[in-house]
This record gives sequence, C-alpha cells and structure tokens, in this order.
Amino acid sequence: MKRRTVFKAIAGALSVGMLAAGMASASAQTKVGFVYVGPIGDHGWTYRHDLGRLAIEKEFGDKVKTTYVESVKEGPDSERVIRQLASTGHDLIFTTSFGFMNPTIKVAKRFPNVKFEHATGYKQADNVATYSARFYEGRYIAGVIAGKISKANKIGYVASFPIPEVVRGINAFLLGARSVNPDMSISVVWVNSWYDPGKEGDAAKALIDQGADIITQHTDSPAPLQVAENRGVKGFGQASDMEHFAPKAQLSAIIDDWNPYYIERTRAVIDGTWKSQDVWQGLAEGMVRMSPYKNMPADIAKLAKETEEAIRSGKLHPFAGPIKDQSGKVVVEAGKVADAGMLLGMNFYVEGVEGSLPK
Amino acid sequence: MDFVPVILTVITASTPLLFAATGELITEKSGVLNLGVEGMMLVGAIAAFAVASTTGSGLAGIVAGAAAGTAMASVFAFLTLTLLANQVATGLALTIFGIGISALIGASYVGFALEPLPKLAIPVISDIPVIGPILFGQDFLVYLSFVMIIAVAWFLSRTRPGLILKAVGESHDSAHALGYPVIAIRYAAVLFGGAMSGLAGAYLSLAYTPLWAENMTAGRGWIALALVVFATWRPGRVILGAYMFGAITILQLHAQGWGIEVASQFMSMLPYLATILVLVLISRDKTKIRLNAPQCIGKVFHAAH
Repeated sequence: MKRRTVFKAIAGALSVGMLAAGMASASAQTKVGFVYVGPIGDHGWTYRHDLGRLAIEKEFGDKVKTTYVESVKEGPDSERVIRQLASTGHDLIFTTSFGFMNPTIKVAKRFPNVKFEHATGYKQADNVATYSARFYEGRYIAGVIAGKISKANKIGYVASFPIPEVVRGINAFLLGARSVNPDMSISVVWVNSWYDPGKEGDAAKALIDQGADIITQHTDSPAPLQVAENRGVKGFGQASDMEHFAPKAQLSAIIDDWNPYYIERTRAVIDGTWKSQDVWQGLAEGMVRMSPYKNMPADIAKLAKETEEAIRSGKLHPFAGPIKDQSGKVVVEAGKVADAGMLLGMNFYVEGVEGSLPK
Repeated sequence: MDFVPVILTVITASTPLLFAATGELITEKSGVLNLGVEGMMLVGAIAAFAVASTTGSGLAGIVAGAAAGTAMASVFAFLTLTLLANQVATGLALTIFGIGISALIGASYVGFALEPLPKLAIPVISDIPVIGPILFGQDFLVYLSFVMIIAVAWFLSRTRPGLILKAVGESHDSAHALGYPVIAIRYAAVLFGGAMSGLAGAYLSLAYTPLWAENMTAGRGWIALALVVFATWRPGRVILGAYMFGAITILQLHAQGWGIEVASQFMSMLPYLATILVLVLISRDKTKIRLNAPQCIGKVFHAAH
C-alpha cells in the first residue's frame, strides 16, 4: 500500500513536470506540418515544396520544428493525416495538393486555432489561406519557344487530371505557341495520376508516335522528358529543373519556388500577424521561375527572355484577347484580359487543342 | 500510321508482366502461393538501379536485380516452407516489407539518371522491315523474357523434372510418398519465382524508365499474379494475357491522343477489364481448369511421419 502510494506520487510529479516542460517548449517553438501528395523523390512538385520546408528550417533554426508526411493520397486518407497533424500541436499546416481542399476545410473547422495553407485551392476560411503560382505564365513562355522550335507543329501534352489549373496550363501553352506560329496544335493524354513514371513515359511515347515533336507535362516525374531525350525530341521540365535527366532534350523548365512565400507565412505565424488570404503569385514575385534556356538557337532564347520580361513587367498577359474557344466563340475580346474568375474556373479548351475536354 | 514503334512500345510495356508472371507460374505450379511478387519486383528494381548506377554496368544491374529478388524469395521460402507460416499472410507481409525497404534504400538514389539498356540489334536480321526491329531489335531483357517463357512452357510440358514439379503441386503427399523431396523442389520453385520478379523490377528501373521512383511498379506485381490465375496456369495463356494487358494500356493512351471521346478514367480501367474478360472467356472449360490448377496450392506441407 505504501509503495503504491509512493509510486503514484512519483508518476504524478513526473507527468506534471513533463506536461509543464512540454507546454513550455510548445509555446517557444512553432510547429509547422506539411502534407505532400507525392514522394519528395519525385524531383518535381513535392520536391520543391520540401525545399520550401528546408528553407523555413534554415531561416528560423530552433524557433520552428517541421514535420512532413509524404505520398498522402487525395481523399479520406488525407483527412486523417491532416487531422493527426492538427491534433499534435502543429500551428501551421501546409497541404500541398488541390485534392486536399475539402479535407483541409473540414479539419480546419474542428481546429480553429490551427492555421492552414492550401496550395492551388479556391476555398478559404478564417484559418485557411490559399496560395497558388501563376504557372500559366511559364507555360506561355514555353509555348512561345515550342512554336518557334517545332517542325511538325504538334505538341504532346502529358496531363494529369482535368481540373482548371491543368486546363489553364494547356491553354496558356497553346496561346503562347500560336502567338508565333498560328499552325500549332496540341494533343493531350490524361494519365489520371500526378505521379506514375511508367504511365507518363508510355503516354509520352504514344504522343511522339503520333507525330508530336515537343513534349510537355503536368505530371510530376521526369519520365516524359526521358522518353523525349531517348527519341530525339525536345521538351520542358516540370516544377523543377530536370536537365540532368534530359541534357539534350530540355529546352527550359518551369520552376516552382515556394521558399520566400513559406518563410513569409511562417514568420507571420510566429509574429502573430497571420491572416487568411488568397495569393496568386507569378514571375513578378519570384514564385515562378524559368530554368536557363538551353538546346535552342540564340535568337529564340532571346525571344523567350523578352517574353519573360514582358510578362514580369505586366506588359504582356498570357490570356489577353482575342481568345476563341474550340467552337470558335470569342470568350475574351480583343483589348481585354481574362478575369480571375475565368482563369480559376477554366473548363474549356482554346482553339487548336485536339479532342474535347473530359468532364 | 507507323505501327512498328507502337508494337515496340507494347512489347516493352508487357515485358515486366511477362517476367513476373513466368516466375509466379512455376511457383504456383509447385503448390506455393507467393503474394510477395510486388515487393520482390521493387527490391529487384532498386538493387538493379543502385548497382548499375554505382558500377556503370547494366549487366551487373540485371544480375543484382535477380539476386535481390531471389534473396527476398528465400526469406519467403524459409518462413513458409521451413517454419510453416501461412503463405498468404507471409506473402502480403513481404510485399509491404519490400515496398518499404526499397523506398529506404532508394531514398539516396532519387534524382539519379541512367542510360537505358542498349538495344541489341542482330546484324542483317534486325533490318528486315516490320518483324526485324520487333523481334530482333530489343534489349537483352526482352529477349530473355521470350526465352524464359518458352523454356518454362517446354519445361512444364516436356521434361521429367517439370512433371515432378507439377506432381508436387498436385498432391504433395503422394509426391512425398514416391520419394520426391517436396520441400527442396518448392524451395527451388520459389527462388526461381523470386529471381524472375527481381528481373521484372530490374527491367523497370534499367530499361523502361531508367530512374528510381518510390513504388515504381505501380501494382504490376498484382497484375502478374492475377494473370497467372486468370490464365489457368497455362504458359500460352500467360503470354497472351501479359501482351494483351500491355497492348490495351498503350492503345488507350494512343486513343486519347487521337481524340477519341471516351472518359479517360474508363480508358484507364480498360486494360484490366479486357484482360480479365478475354482470359475468363477462353478458359471456361472446367475440365481444363481442373487439369491445370495445382490442387495443393497454398496448403502447408508437413511430412507425415
């Protein structure tokens, strides 16, 4: 009896002590969580987000502690992962894929003191901010390069899911290509996955066999570019510089740079100034960058740089009218620019895209 | 449209399935149900990639892939044949283990690029239009897959050891009574299956998409397992199933490129649906099924004395 009382007293003291220590460290350290849709090793989308996480660690040192969960499938599983991060003391959680949108909103309702940043989504809440990059600006530049380089006038696009962001990329690419070569066309293959190297490679092979001589993608592995390198055609890297996978084939790559944004938002949480917002940054703010222009004649590289500068300064807008959809209807008039609503909800192909958009 | 490149792509898409299914056919014919194919493929893939990128030799990579698959299969064999563990549970556990350990080892190889395996063109013969490049302009592993399935078919139907293997799978107690070393034969069959799965994985990481990506088999091991069963354990049907699956996978991508208006999600389903349908239809004969299915598959053998 006496021994048991002694043990209980020690256990009680220890747990109170640990709780106090835990609470003390929790309030001193900001915990930042990351939910990734693919593996860091995809060397594309998720890899760049993880670089953002490492930038936060470098910037804030001991003041933050980061956690990440890789390869979380979009759907019910993601809700479980987000909830787990929220319930284990994380102050800020980045959910880095479109498909995490509804789970993020759901979990955010239950945890009003946790702040969420959802990438590429369109639903906000008091504690949910959204952020996205204007990748379409990079796509337009890539399209300009493709329009000048392609001899077959056919582009092969390895696409993932028919969501507005992907459709926007396809349209921007073709608009850029047609701005220098009105005969360009695009053929799209949907692989229904963000990351499946085998399938992406097969899709690229199919497109090349059908006559495309420029390959570009909205999927996350370097496989399509590798196929392009193998078959002697050119292509564009996605989300990060994929040059060492395709030294002869990569013309340029659209690079996502999340570092400045992630550092800024973490600082806002530490300082207590965090507010929900919807941010859409592009070349001008440095969230989108282009890798060096290679494997092309000097005059085309110059044209690409000029286009980049024009977009950055605001002189050129990729979705400036006149823009016609596939049926020939004018959706953006001459002299006007597509508004944010049309861009965010884009569900039509522009003239010149082959095939019709899956529902 | 030029069909030769399409057929070449189909062959490369079907080769990993053919390798894994060939190995699993022998394993199941001996009466062992090895569900660990997916894990063994992944382990073979990372071993092949790691060795090939460190040594620069594709051949060393191929050997390493087969060796890794065999090593994992030996773990499976030890657990199920010597320790008499449940085959289904052990196979599943090894698949999950294989996925994890390959990801762990592969973490340091992500982002590496390799030259794909060279195509071995046979002079003169490879230049025959159409069949030249298809049959004689492939890389070493594709040739090996052709050779292996033909060798396995011949082994099972025309040789005495093949007959003994089938006997062990049919009725291990009778085979034991006749004096055949049941456990040793099953060990050999499982190790062979592991080696083939390792080669399938090696093909993926050395020739198909020469990079390492976590879980790069994307379910092909499961497809190979299903192929063996739906083909009712007949080598000819296995070849048909593997190539049919590969062909429809590639064709559905082409169909999208041509602008054919079918939902892409349905197109993704099509290879699975079509292969199951065709194999089930052509293998309807109940007698043939009973003739070819190893009766003792999955049953634990315990020498009764």
